[in-house]
Amino acid sequence: MLSQQDMLEAERHGRQVRSIYVYEAPVRLWHWINALAMVVLAVSGYFIGKPLPTLPGEASDNFLMGYIRFAHFAAAYIFAVGLAGRVYWAFVGNHHSRQIFKLPIFNSHWWSEVFFELRWYLFLEKQPKKYVGHNPMAQLMMFFFFTVLAFGMLCTGFALYGEGLGLGSWADRLFGWVIPLLGGSMQTHSLHRLGMWIMMSFVVVHVYAAIREDIMSRQSLISTMISGWRMFKD
Amino acid sequence: MTETFYEVLRRQGITRRSFMKFCSLTATSLGLGSAFVPKIAHALENKPRTPVIWLHGLECTCCSESFIRSAHPLTKDVVLSMLSLDYDDTLMAAAGHQAEAIIEEVKKKYKGNYIVAVEGNPPLNEDGMFCIHGGRPFVEVLKETCADAKAIISWGACASYGCVQAAKPNPTRATPVHKVITDKPIVRVPGCPPIAEVMTGVVTYMLTFDKIPELDRQGRPKMFYGQRIHDKCYRRPHFDAGQFVENWDDDAARKGYCLYKMGCKGPTTYNACSSMRWNGGVSWPVQSGHGCIGCSEDGFWDKGSFYDRVTDIKQFAIEGNADKVGGTAAGVVGAAVAAHAAVTALARARGDKQGDNQNSGDK
Repeated sequence: MLSQQDMLEAERHGRQVRSIYVYEAPVRLWHWINALAMVVLAVSGYFIGKPLPTLPGEASDNFLMGYIRFAHFAAAYIFAVGLAGRVYWAFVGNHHSRQIFKLPIFNSHWWSEVFFELRWYLFLEKQPKKYVGHNPMAQLMMFFFFTVLAFGMLCTGFALYGEGLGLGSWADRLFGWVIPLLGGSMQTHSLHRLGMWIMMSFVVVHVYAAIREDIMSRQSLISTMISGWRMFKD
Repeated sequence: MTETFYEVLRRQGITRRSFMKFCSLTATSLGLGSAFVPKIAHALENKPRTPVIWLHGLECTCCSESFIRSAHPLTKDVVLSMLSLDYDDTLMAAAGHQAEAIIEEVKKKYKGNYIVAVEGNPPLNEDGMFCIHGGRPFVEVLKETCADAKAIISWGACASYGCVQAAKPNPTRATPVHKVITDKPIVRVPGCPPIAEVMTGVVTYMLTFDKIPELDRQGRPKMFYGQRIHDKCYRRPHFDAGQFVENWDDDAARKGYCLYKMGCKGPTTYNACSSMRWNGGVSWPVQSGHGCIGCSEDGFWDKGSFYDRVTDIKQFAIEGNADKVGGTAAGVVGAAVAAHAAVTALARARGDKQGDNQNSGDK
């Protein structure tokens, strides 16, 4: 679905029009809202597990932990609603919008492209290829370290949120089963926190790869997520 | 034959006249007509009290120790008036073959109509030889006794989850009751030990309403295990305010701030300690200045230190928690990215130079 078609498209259009519309407006909007939500979630989540130094004064004068938790829950709702909207857009959007949700794992050509990209990142290929959407390697990483992980964080997060809302709350009824499955509330907390670190590691790689490819791959990446248009530089 | 409630009341010096008054009053307060008075009296006169067999497996008897300290209701009322505790080898006067004969008798006489309360759990390794009851492996006694029971109560963390004897590496393969007895309704009352009033409360409920209380996903009575320690903790305002004990001897500890940073497991533990407290409501762990250790949670011995919030994850390292493992991973990824960027820059610079040379050659 992806690579061959994209390659042809890129090769053909690259010579003629030099730019293709890839990311539709809802995808771009979601990307930046999601990025912001993730930053808030990671920072507030870090301080929920390891709180800031004790504040002086009466308990009634302070509400720091309350505000931090509020930020976490509010950002989590935005993250969840955004993800739901993104799933919806995968059904109605263009074919690029489906990339991060399914992998063409039975397509041997796709796999050879994955290994080509791997060689490119290991400095074993001199010239990069052009892709309209994600390159196959990026798609693979996106799928596991964003899509799968995001749903994992969503399930564990809402399960823990349900503990606060109480038995029989919507979060408890929908996600409460996660806690016994993972071996208890403490384990769920630990895994949720570990998930945050994996997500942050992914963000580091994601940002680096985007900047690097923007410079190296003769095509635009960062501005594509702003304007939606992929520009080809040669 | 087990005494009826009427017989117990008469034995305790209540007259027939007072008994009938009580029945009238009960009917009135329930909004029932006068026709129900004789029905209530008939039920109390004829309904035998439910026999309970209390078994002890691999355990430390802390559940029994807790149980006999119940204040509301008093244990003596539960044991002597409300239920018919026909067998409990720790509390009963009989011993040896006489005692063991009672189990057989109850099984025969009250087939499908008695409750088995299990304290401790059966070890399964070496054919159950790590716990011998009356000359036989406990697991056999447990299976036999439960075969004709109406319901089973799993007392404490041992019977509910395994507790310390099932902690890694669990050499005797101590196994919680619900993994051995799979065909009976089981009420799990975890805790090490459970609160006395929770224990008597569960028993009272089952005897009064003749059914098991409403249970949550893990088989615990919702009325006692429906909320976390954290949800009802009197130090909760300090948590929300961001005021924590940082050291056991600091000013915050003296002021009674939140023990979250000292590893309190209140936010991950379902129990009634913070609302019912212990020893007749005198105190409870957090009130005495120490965090909750999460004794009513599954496998609490294997969940890292009692004094960390972000605790060790045993699968990864001897001493690795989410921050150490995840933070290290993030650091390694960051360093790898920096190195990759450096190599990229070098390769690119070299490529440019070659390109320049070619260009200059062209000229």
